[in-house]
Amino acid sequence: MDASVQHEQATIPDGDKLSSVMQTIAEHKGCGTSGGSGKASCGSGAGENDLPPEIWEKVKNHPCYSEEAHHHYARMHVAVAPACNIQCNYCNRKYDCANESRPGVVSEKLTPEQAAKKVLAVASTIPQMTVLGIAGPGDPLANPEKTFKTFELIARTAPDIKLCLSTNGLALPDHVDTIAGFNVDHVTITINMVDPEIGAKIYPWVFWKHKRYTGVEAAKLLTDRQLQGLEMLTERGILCKVNSVMIPGVNDKHLVEVNRAVKSRGAFLHNIMPLISSPEHGTVFGLTGQRGPTAQELKALQDECEGEMNMMRHCRQCRADAVGLLGEDRSAEFTTDKIMAMEVNYDIDSRKAYQEAVESERVAKVVARQEELASLAGQSSDIKLLVAVATKGSGLINEHFGHAKEFQVYELSTAGAKFVGHRRVDLYCQGGYGDEDSLETVIRAINDCHAVFVAKIGGCPKSDLQAAGIEPVDQFAHEFIEKSAIAWFKSYLDKVNSGEIQHVVRGDAEIRQGALISAA
Amino acid sequence: MTLKIIASQCTSCSACEPECPNVAISEKNGTFVIDPKKCTECIGHFDEPQCAAVCPVDNTCVIDNSFPRYQPPA
Repeated sequence: MDASVQHEQATIPDGDKLSSVMQTIAEHKGCGTSGGSGKASCGSGAGENDLPPEIWEKVKNHPCYSEEAHHHYARMHVAVAPACNIQCNYCNRKYDCANESRPGVVSEKLTPEQAAKKVLAVASTIPQMTVLGIAGPGDPLANPEKTFKTFELIARTAPDIKLCLSTNGLALPDHVDTIAGFNVDHVTITINMVDPEIGAKIYPWVFWKHKRYTGVEAAKLLTDRQLQGLEMLTERGILCKVNSVMIPGVNDKHLVEVNRAVKSRGAFLHNIMPLISSPEHGTVFGLTGQRGPTAQELKALQDECEGEMNMMRHCRQCRADAVGLLGEDRSAEFTTDKIMAMEVNYDIDSRKAYQEAVESERVAKVVARQEELASLAGQSSDIKLLVAVATKGSGLINEHFGHAKEFQVYELSTAGAKFVGHRRVDLYCQGGYGDEDSLETVIRAINDCHAVFVAKIGGCPKSDLQAAGIEPVDQFAHEFIEKSAIAWFKSYLDKVNSGEIQHVVRGDAEIRQGALISAA
Repeated sequence: MTLKIIASQCTSCSACEPECPNVAISEKNGTFVIDPKKCTECIGHFDEPQCAAVCPVDNTCVIDNSFPRYQPPA
C-alpha cells in the first residue's frame, strides 16, 4: 500500500549521527520513542527495532494491537455472543448499565444479521473504523455458530474490515482451523495464570464436555487449553494478544511467570489490566473487598514484563458493544432501533481515501517527534517523570482540561516520550460550571504526573493544579503530543540544571473504578 | 420432576439452550424457559442437568417440585 511505503520512507532518520542515537535509544528503551518505521506498540524492541513488514501491515491500523494506531483508528464490538463457558470472580453477568464501561457488559444482544447491518452502518459513519471484534458479552467460542455466522456476513459485505475475537481460551483448540479459515488474524486470549492453584482463586468453575469442573481441576483444564490454543494460533501465523487481569495478592507476582509462558509460545502482545472490582458490580471480588492495583503498582508490573515482548498500555477495558476510538464510546448512536432505520451507503473507496489521509497525518506526527527527539540528543539526565495529556485523538493535544474524560500518560526521559497508560476521570466540567469534587478526582487520578498538557484550561483549576504540584501546560495547544512533551521536558531539564527549579518525585495515583458518566 | 428457570434471575445469556439434550429450552419474553414435558433432568444423557451446570447464576436452573419425578423408560 502506498501509505505504508510513504510511512517507511518518512521515518528513516537522516544522517549517521541521528541513526546511531536512535539505535542507542532503541537498545535501551522500548516503546514509542524507539522510532523506526514499524514499531507497533508500546514495548521494547530490544535490538529488533522494527517489526517485519507483514506484521506491521497487520497491526498498523488495529487500535488494540498498536499504541500508535489507537490515536487514529477506531474499533467496534458486536455483542452476538452472550453465552459463556467459565465463571470468573471479576465478572457478574447480571449487571448492565449503559453508563458503565467494562468488559462483559452490554446493553442489547444482536443476531448475526443485526450485527452485520450495524457494522455497515458504523463503517459508513466512522471511516476510521477498521476493526470488528467479537468479545462477548460471554465468550465468542462458547457461541461458535453466532460468532462465525457474523464473521461470514461481514467478510462478504465489508471485506476491508479486520476481524478479531477475544476468548477465555477454553474452547479455543476446537476452533483454531475455523478461525484461520475466516482470515481472523488477531485473537486475544485472557490468561490470568499458568498455575492452577492460583487459578482456583480466580475461576470458581469451567464447563467443558458436558461437565462442570471446579477448583484446581477446573483451573488446570483451563490453563492447558489456553496454552494449547495459543500455540496452535501462533503456529498458523495468527497474531495473539494475551490479556491478564492484575489482582493484587492473588496473581500480581505470578503474572511475570505468565508473561514468560505466553512469550515463549509466541504471543505478540501482553496486556496487563487492573482489576475492576467495585462492590456495586456484584462480582465475587467486588463483594469480598478484593482491591485493584494502584497506578504505580500496575506500571511497575508492566515495566517488569517489558522485555522482548510488547506490552499494551492503552487498553480501555471496553464494553462488549463499544464503538469508536479507544477511550470514547459511541455505542449509544448505534442502537438496533437506530441502525435498522439508517440508510447505509457503504463506500469502500471513500473509506480508503479517508484512511490514507489519516496515514499522512500520522507520518507528520512521527517526523515531528523524531526532529524534537534529535534536539534532545546532547542531554544526559537520570530524570524520568510522567505527564498527563488531554486529547481527543489524532496524537494531538486537542482537548479542554474540563472536557477530558481521560488523560493519556507519557513517561519522559532523555530517551524521549513513552506512552505508559491512561487515567479515566469524571467529566470535570459539565455545562461550563466547574465542580470542586470532580477536580479533586482528576488530581487524584494524575497525582503521579508533573504536568498536564491541555488545549485550554480555566483560571481556577489552573491554580488548584499548581497548588497540587502539577503544572498546567497550555502553550502547546493543538500540537503533536510527543513533540510537545519532549520540548517541555527539555526546558524542564534546563530549569533543573540552572537551579531555577528542583526536581521532586511525585506520589502514586488512583485507578478509577466507578461508572463512566457519559456526556451523551 | 423437571427443572425450571427462575425468570427473575435469568440473564438471558442463552448458554443453556444448546446444551439441553432434549431441546426443551427456548426463549420466551426475553428469558429462557424449560418445557416440563420434554425435560428429563438429563437422566440417561449426562451426570448432571446441563442447564444448571452451565448457568452463570447460581440457583437459577432448579428442580421444579410441582411436577412428579421424571421416570426414565425401563
